[in-house]
Amino acid sequence: MEILMSVIAGILFMVGTYLILSKNMIRIVLGTNFISHGAHILILTMAGLKTGAPPLLGLEATNYTDPLPQALILTAIVISFGVTAFFLVLGYRTYKVTGTDNTDGLRGPDSYD
Amino acid sequence: MTNYVIWTLLIPLLAGIIMLFIPQRVILQRTISIIASIILLINTVLLVFQIQTEGIQKMELGGWAPPFGIILVGDMLSGLLVLTTALVIIPILIYSFSSIGVEREKKYYYSIFFFLVTGVLGAFLTGDLFNMFVFFEVFLLSSYVLIVHGSTQKQLRESFKYVLINILSSALFVIGVAYLYAVIGTLNMAHLGERIASLTEPAPILTVIALMFLIIFGLKGAIFPLYFWLPASYTAPPTAIGALFGALLTKVGIYAIFRTYSIIFVHDPAYTHTVLGVLAALTMIFGVIGAVAHKDVTKILVYNVIVAVGFVLFGVSTMTEAGYQGAIYYVIHDMIIKAALFLLIGALVTVGGTKYLKQMGGIIKYHPALGWLFLVAVFALVGIPPLSGFIGKVLLIQGGTTVGDYWIVFLMMVASLLVLYSMIRIFLQGFYGKSVLSSKEEHGTTKGLLFPISLLIALSVLLGIGAEFLYPFVQTATEVLLQPELYINAVLKE
Repeated sequence: MEILMSVIAGILFMVGTYLILSKNMIRIVLGTNFISHGAHILILTMAGLKTGAPPLLGLEATNYTDPLPQALILTAIVISFGVTAFFLVLGYRTYKVTGTDNTDGLRGPDSYD
Repeated sequence: MTNYVIWTLLIPLLAGIIMLFIPQRVILQRTISIIASIILLINTVLLVFQIQTEGIQKMELGGWAPPFGIILVGDMLSGLLVLTTALVIIPILIYSFSSIGVEREKKYYYSIFFFLVTGVLGAFLTGDLFNMFVFFEVFLLSSYVLIVHGSTQKQLRESFKYVLINILSSALFVIGVAYLYAVIGTLNMAHLGERIASLTEPAPILTVIALMFLIIFGLKGAIFPLYFWLPASYTAPPTAIGALFGALLTKVGIYAIFRTYSIIFVHDPAYTHTVLGVLAALTMIFGVIGAVAHKDVTKILVYNVIVAVGFVLFGVSTMTEAGYQGAIYYVIHDMIIKAALFLLIGALVTVGGTKYLKQMGGIIKYHPALGWLFLVAVFALVGIPPLSGFIGKVLLIQGGTTVGDYWIVFLMMVASLLVLYSMIRIFLQGFYGKSVLSSKEEHGTTKGLLFPISLLIALSVLLGIGAEFLYPFVQTATEVLLQPELYINAVLKE
């Protein structure tokens, strides 16, 4: 199971990297989303996918799944959510002001002096 | 007993939150921000003296003993950096009062400023790797807002790239944390250090993870192949914000490398620290190439930020007492002098109305104070003996020769010379030279800008003269770096 999940995380990273290397702003934002999905899946996988009850003490089981990575992912998800929201609005504003959503168009005279 | 560690985080956080409620009352915001930063300064001074007399300070959040809870640790290295941060933000705030403009101030400028400071201080004080990631995000998100604050076309263009790079490095940080958790099974730095130190057989996977963390922190701290985003990003926002970034943000990356490479990844220094040394040398080379090549004064300055990163990393890579001491002295000096130079260059551009060296000249005729302050700052940056950059560089050279890295030491001296050349060119052409503008044609005034600059320069001179006074503190910081057991025992055993 861990191998399958690692391969899936790898595919997500691959898709994300490909999208980030494209020139369209919205594709870049989507690429960062794929990469953060990959990272979150990776945390879950790296902590082990051994079978056990959900980490709720009300369910009286002999063993539970590791609760720490779930807390880490929850934190990482809200952070990447906030950053993505900011990034989308930033992309929109940049499009409104510069009139292009092509990253080639973001080169100004200032970059070349 | 007062716990100064937690107050160091609470003061800027509370100040930021309070100012969220009064966006329109600019004068009140200025008052609150200056009072909060002075209280923060007093608090950090007390923290440093407490660490010096009573040893490493810690704060177990929620009363959970480490490694199970999150812990804040104030050892001398964090203490000194926290103190320098508190010192540097006061002049930058005063400079903001007269330069940032009321429009920006009404749009939550000071709140975001203090959230950024909270993130930086938190990253210096945390004892937990994932908590460090969270504090990194706190100051990165604030820096995203500050870099685009005011949304001019140039800021929008550069911030898109800056945000993208940092999102990627944050994703890598999460991945690195996941790997480390899978291999070691803990995220507390002291506990990680203890478990890695107790390994009996070599673990190549840890070397891989160590290099991965070098890439992550190198993206934040702008080391050689990963510095490409920095020059454009740091010149886009207004001067005060650029100064804040130049003084604090790259230093957090350096501190993180300092911390991880002295406490956690000490299992295979022959490989990891050689890589660090070589990258430090390349960082110096490419930094000075940029500094010498550019004709735009702001660009010359940001490439000097990169050179300084190279110097400090070289000190870390030597793993000797002198090297560590040099790196600590140099990082403190660099935070102060880079803030001063950013503000000076900002004032120069304000007065001259251009950032191109060819179009300015003779500024010193009408602004003698600005000119001579700039000259002193340049001498301090390069390390002319009575000023602050000297001690750090001497110790770095001493550390380098102890381990026999003569070629990096040679590169460092050549780089220092070229740094002097690049900066003195601004003085000779921009300040000295033939007058281009008469006093009426100038594009702005230096009113209110000179005071914060002279504060920083005075601080730098004091740091140079009072090196003897600072030495015992630096020595305490170095002890912890050389003997990570001290840190580990202080966190886990007491």
